Amino acid sequence: MREVAATRRSPGLLARLFGALKLPLNDPFAVSGLLIYAIFLVTAVFADQIAPYDPTEILYTPEYDLAADLRPGEQGHLLGTTSLGRDVFSQIVHGTRSALLIGVTAAFMVALIGSIVGLVAGYFGGWVDAVLMRLADIAFGIPFLPFVIVLAAFLEPSIWNVVLAMALVLWRDTGRVIRSQVLTLRSRGYVDAARVSGSSDLKIILRHIAPNILPLSFLYGSIAIGWAILTEASISFLGFGDPQSISWGYMLQDAFASQALAKQAYYWFVPPGICIILVVSAGFFITRGYENLLFPKLGK
Amino acid sequence: MSHLKAAASRTLQLVLVLWAVVTILFLMFRLMPGNPLAAYIDPTFTVEQQEALMAQFGLDRPLWEQYFIYLGNLVQGELGQSFRYREPVAERILALLPNTLVLTFSSLIVAYAFGILAGAYLAWRRGSAAEQVAIPLVLTTRAMPEFWLGMVLLAVFSFWLGWFPAGGTRSAGAEYESLLDLYTSGEFLTYLALPALTLAIYSQGLPLLLMRSNMLDVMKEDFVTMARIKGLSNWTVVVRHAARNALLPVMTSFAIAVGYQLQGNVVVESVFSWPGLGRELVNAVSASDYPLAQGAFLMIAVVVILMNLIADLLYTLLDPRVGHA
Repeated sequence: MREVAATRRSPGLLARLFGALKLPLNDPFAVSGLLIYAIFLVTAVFADQIAPYDPTEILYTPEYDLAADLRPGEQGHLLGTTSLGRDVFSQIVHGTRSALLIGVTAAFMVALIGSIVGLVAGYFGGWVDAVLMRLADIAFGIPFLPFVIVLAAFLEPSIWNVVLAMALVLWRDTGRVIRSQVLTLRSRGYVDAARVSGSSDLKIILRHIAPNILPLSFLYGSIAIGWAILTEASISFLGFGDPQSISWGYMLQDAFASQALAKQAYYWFVPPGICIILVVSAGFFITRGYENLLFPKLGK
Repeated sequence: MSHLKAAASRTLQLVLVLWAVVTILFLMFRLMPGNPLAAYIDPTFTVEQQEALMAQFGLDRPLWEQYFIYLGNLVQGELGQSFRYREPVAERILALLPNTLVLTFSSLIVAYAFGILAGAYLAWRRGSAAEQVAIPLVLTTRAMPEFWLGMVLLAVFSFWLGWFPAGGTRSAGAEYESLLDLYTSGEFLTYLALPALTLAIYSQGLPLLLMRSNMLDVMKEDFVTMARIKGLSNWTVVVRHAARNALLPVMTSFAIAVGYQLQGNVVVESVFSWPGLGRELVNAVSASDYPLAQGAFLMIAVVVILMNLIADLLYTLLDPRVGHA
């Protein structure tokens, strides 16, 4: 009996983390956003099983001609083929992988750096705060997309350099917001109580302040997923992307360079755009649900 | 007085930001992999040209000395020679700046006019079916890759319907006396329409959502309730009292939007072959024309920082609550 009571009092770490995130499950927008994320996640994991062809394979017709520029439905290609005879649908399916990989890693980096900066600046104040906030000012002065382009071009073009460039600049928004939140938390009674009872700074930050800003970090993380996917698409479209990976941005660049617009090959360049819109707006919808939850006065 | 003081300290701060960005740019281009001389000297330049540039930028000196020479050159507007065009980078960039500014401002003016009106309307019709449809729709436009929207518009209105030209700013062989002649020609409008529309569709979300939420806040304030009690018509209350006060933060956001737009221009200018700063930056980076890439980046950064400053100053000057605290 005592054991049962003990487990009931302290739920698992995962359950506690989920509780602290305060997922807005009663908001229809947020739920549809989470659902879109789930569908893309499943597609990314089972991409090899779902895609009928290798996305980079050059296909031939039974008459041994290049299977190029097939319209949707022709010869069993759901969304047709590219000018090089590659299956568009398979590229879309495999594109979910790089989109989610880049979206999630960049968002994680941005939310992590932003939260740490915000926590440290807000909690310690003084010169630490002044230095960190001036750094944020500088990050606001850097034109983001040009910076990513130059960095991706100088270092070798790879997904990780795009993520690095984003992490170096985009922490600024998260950092500022979390700092101002920490400023109000710092003066709360229970923080004073913890300080008076001799808790170390580290313990106060981790125990009493960090759990309260976790939903905000998650909120800014889900905005950053969208930014990251849009940025990767732009970079790939301009030709500075990872040549090894099939992404939606790469597909759009391929279509643009292969005269798909003049050929009216909508089946080629419309689906990647729709996928990007779906994933990015899913992030926005989750964000909106969160805002209603965190700042209820806006919703009323 | 307090206004002036706040404005002065903000200006000083942003001058420091500009200096920091200039320093980052210096380090980025000097520490890139490969030959450090490549930032300014192309192997195909003549020996005399190479020597002149070596001396001008102090490329044979230690890094810290190069840094001060670089700052000195910058202050004088000296940005080096473009590898591809064989002309001074500063001239090239100043020639392209008007094209970018015309595109940016025309699209933003359309976006703000639409966004302000639609935002006020949606606040007025709070809870209506129109709002239920419009808000997710606006969020979707914010989720669109701008260049993709450009591609779709180009495929439909240019390649299919043939209503607009596919790119550039003028037809082949067309000559104009000056930029002003070009910009005021009817032909130019047909070239401007699609890229400006693309950027406007993306940009209208910010003023729309801002205007709407400001209106909702203002409508709850006492003076609006007072106006209602006085028996003024709904129209007078919404337009004369609420909208005027809600407009202020939207207008200050215009300056920030110019900065953001300039970054978005990089891709949209490439889609429409628009001869502006963004497309030049992309082409210069692709072609390893480092001086030109550096110059274009710097010009974009200067405008972004300047616009941040203008937004700050407008905010301090126009909102009586800021600066007196």
